[in-house]
Amino acid sequence: MDTTTKVVDLEKVVIKFAGDSGDGMQLTGTQFTDTSALLGNDLATFPDYPAEIRAPQGTVAGVSGFQIHIGRIDINTPGDIADVLVAMNPAALKANKNWIKKGGTIIVNIDSFTKKDLEKAGYETSPLEDNSFEGYNIIQAPITKLTREALKDSGLDGKSIGRSKNMFALGIVYWMFNRPMAQTEKFLQKKFAKKPEVVAANIKVMHAGYNFADTIEALPSSYTVLSANLKSGTYRNVMGNQAIAWGFLAAAERANKELFLGSYPITPASDILHELAKYKNLGVKTFQAEDEIAGICSAIGASFTGSLAITTTSGPGLALKAEGLGLAIMAELPLVVVNVQRGGPSTGLPTKTEQSDLMQALYGRNGESPSVVLASSTPGNCFDWAYMASKITLEHNTPVVLLSDGYLGNGAEPWKIKSTMDMPEINPSIAVEGEEYQPYARDKKTLARKLALPGTKGLEHRLGGLEKEDITGNVSYDPENHEKMVGIRAEKINRIADIIPNQEIFGKEEGDLLVVGWGGTHGSLYSAVDNLLKTGEKIALCQFNYINPLPKNTAEIFSKYKNIIVCELNSGQFANYLRMNFQGTIFHQYNKIQGFPFTTSELESHFKTLLSK
Amino acid sequence: MEHLTNKDFTSDQEVRWCPGCGDYTILRAMQKALPALGKKKEDFVFISGIGCSSRFPYYMNTYGFHTIHGRAPAFATGVKLANPKLSVWQITGDGDALAIGGNHFIHALRRNIDINILLFNNEIYGLTKGQFSPTSKKGIKTKSNPHGTTDEPFSPSDLAIGAQGSFFARVVDTNPKLMQKIFTEAEEHRGTSLIEILQNCVIFNDKTFAAITGKEVKQNAQLILEDGKPMLFGAEMKKGIVLNGFKLEVVTIGENNVTEEDILVHDAKEHDPTLHAMLARMRPPEFPAALGIIRAVSRQTFDEGLLNQLEYEKENAKFKTVDELLKSGETWEVIS
Repeated sequence: MDTTTKVVDLEKVVIKFAGDSGDGMQLTGTQFTDTSALLGNDLATFPDYPAEIRAPQGTVAGVSGFQIHIGRIDINTPGDIADVLVAMNPAALKANKNWIKKGGTIIVNIDSFTKKDLEKAGYETSPLEDNSFEGYNIIQAPITKLTREALKDSGLDGKSIGRSKNMFALGIVYWMFNRPMAQTEKFLQKKFAKKPEVVAANIKVMHAGYNFADTIEALPSSYTVLSANLKSGTYRNVMGNQAIAWGFLAAAERANKELFLGSYPITPASDILHELAKYKNLGVKTFQAEDEIAGICSAIGASFTGSLAITTTSGPGLALKAEGLGLAIMAELPLVVVNVQRGGPSTGLPTKTEQSDLMQALYGRNGESPSVVLASSTPGNCFDWAYMASKITLEHNTPVVLLSDGYLGNGAEPWKIKSTMDMPEINPSIAVEGEEYQPYARDKKTLARKLALPGTKGLEHRLGGLEKEDITGNVSYDPENHEKMVGIRAEKINRIADIIPNQEIFGKEEGDLLVVGWGGTHGSLYSAVDNLLKTGEKIALCQFNYINPLPKNTAEIFSKYKNIIVCELNSGQFANYLRMNFQGTIFHQYNKIQGFPFTTSELESHFKTLLSK
Repeated sequence: MEHLTNKDFTSDQEVRWCPGCGDYTILRAMQKALPALGKKKEDFVFISGIGCSSRFPYYMNTYGFHTIHGRAPAFATGVKLANPKLSVWQITGDGDALAIGGNHFIHALRRNIDINILLFNNEIYGLTKGQFSPTSKKGIKTKSNPHGTTDEPFSPSDLAIGAQGSFFARVVDTNPKLMQKIFTEAEEHRGTSLIEILQNCVIFNDKTFAAITGKEVKQNAQLILEDGKPMLFGAEMKKGIVLNGFKLEVVTIGENNVTEEDILVHDAKEHDPTLHAMLARMRPPEFPAALGIIRAVSRQTFDEGLLNQLEYEKENAKFKTVDELLKSGETWEVIS
């Protein structure tokens, strides 16, 4: 064994695992993530996979990737390009050829570079044999062959052996970054508890990969990434969708409400349904409805009956829920609609991220039907925004749309575990037996009406989608009443601005350039602004989570910079919303609509150009 | 428990159906049936979609929710799951339940959620002023198809049975007594109880059920089924239904050696839906229309299944609070 290998300490590193969609790359990436998190690294991940479950094998369209950025410094994005790429076949190499750092390390499964595999990937000759990757450190690992060799006496069939080769790749990368394998061993033992032979095989292959890396001389050094300087506390890894589910659980417990989820499966939001469906022990009622419409309508029924009711979906599903959401606005019932955005329009790009449902969330309904709109901005703070959405909806009795996106939903980061008692109180606005009840009488300050729950003696009343008479809530076709009620519904939302905190900025409090973003772009915008602040630029980031209503100090912030640029993963929806709200202010735009998040470097170079003008 | 009367269930809102509309009878029958159910007034919830029938909740002095077109079963499901103690009634029409709401309708029946669905079937769109509906007789001329419809109508009973409905009853809007009886039984039945009410629209589809409800024909055109009783009808109760091979047949006692023993005896609790479906399909002039409770079989309700699981999971839970959940799994300490 070579004991002279150098160990190099790195500040941060970006690793990408890429292979066929059946190669187990998501699991491999998740394992590396969990191990790194337990070592105390800060990290961010970006799973990127095709919409098809098994796209044609070996093709570029079928490549599934998992990128992870780990560091001992603050990590806010999954990284622009990879330092290390694991490519399980030629297609994976081809799909990522522009996303690997010049001079980076590429580990390829050389057994998968046969003529047939190369053809499927659209290569005429092997890119490893011409000068396509000159200057890169290419490690040609016979992963398939060595996996078979390791398992030749395992008694497993050829298919099962083939499935274990991702563990070989993981073993190599564990060696490269000096990671212990214990966490993954534990995971395998739990996952395949009923199949000890599969556990043994996977562990054996992972060790074989680790030892292979240790033995070959192609790897000049191994690396460490020390633990990050995170704030004291107990941490765990969370994904955005999971954090949203937990935020709702926490809110229901603090509000002393039953949690009800009415939902219909849709990518990339289904994981919220999966997560909540686990917790019947906490009293959660999940209802997989027959369609998106029944999802929201069942939730409204549960809300009318006193639950903290939510529905979860993605873009096309929000379109189907529009009429139901309008009814919840008219009936002034609490309801949280989560939209984990994906590329649109229509079916669009189901597995890719985009921020193109902002206008739909704000205005996608008939009539004048304003809704509160919030957006989460990191996988971890999905917890807080699900909680805040619940608090606002229960206290103000008006629906809230919470926008997340595929990038946040599937992305992971270390999360400092919160206690439910760290979260603000929730005081639902509900009438009790014996009280004088008028369904549409309002709180003077917030204009919220009170609910009266079925089963409460003496408070029987009727709600509905027909226009309501002020105070009594009876059906009314009176023209002046209608105008009044339209005004009240709008004003009720506006007054929520009175209770939300001031918008914060990161960076210079006044200066040359204000970068404006909202929701899931926080990580890349923050990193770009941070880098430019370090070079002395007078720049700041203003990332919005409260979209409607906007924080009250927004105009004041905007007035302090020479230029404002609104960056979003759409054609300019938030920029136009701001133009409507702050007429006279000039908003520049930076937009990307490719199904991918911003890279820090593209933002940085664009901001630099603006600053130098 | 306080004694309730029909007045307790009457709201202060002016009823706005057309004069002569069959809906009035249904409303009165409901207001009379509810006090006898032995439940508290605050535990009744009426949910409706859109259409003439769907105004019903406004006239009931109970909790009520007039929702959106076709989706009432989904709202009712949410209400029932959120509070299974409530008595949940869905009011719907042939357009609301079988056209725009067809999907929700069949899934409610399939799941067997414990709600009662009153399907006001008038074979026409009333509120939108007279277009044909999914139950309109083929060939009917309406504003939206002046040359006569070319689509086959739905049979609500076949749809319900196909969706594995556990309770199906039918009544005409001219028989409030039978209606009250059915409402009571529907409430007692655990699962989705579907009651089809043949309801006359005086304005857009007058007398569409005249062949069943007409004074001069009704004795021969209605078979009121009772569980455990022979299927007899007619002015002298001498006519009956027998099974001849795979088909139903009308016979007369005393003719062709037919005795009362030959007449089919109704068994609403039979799980096999074949005979129920055949009976529900009968129509004049060949047959009488079957009324009463045609099918009432027992199977687990959706709400019951969910509650059982919740109870089991709560008892066998590894953790009982959200904080315990948040701290579960792989965690690590950072000390800085």
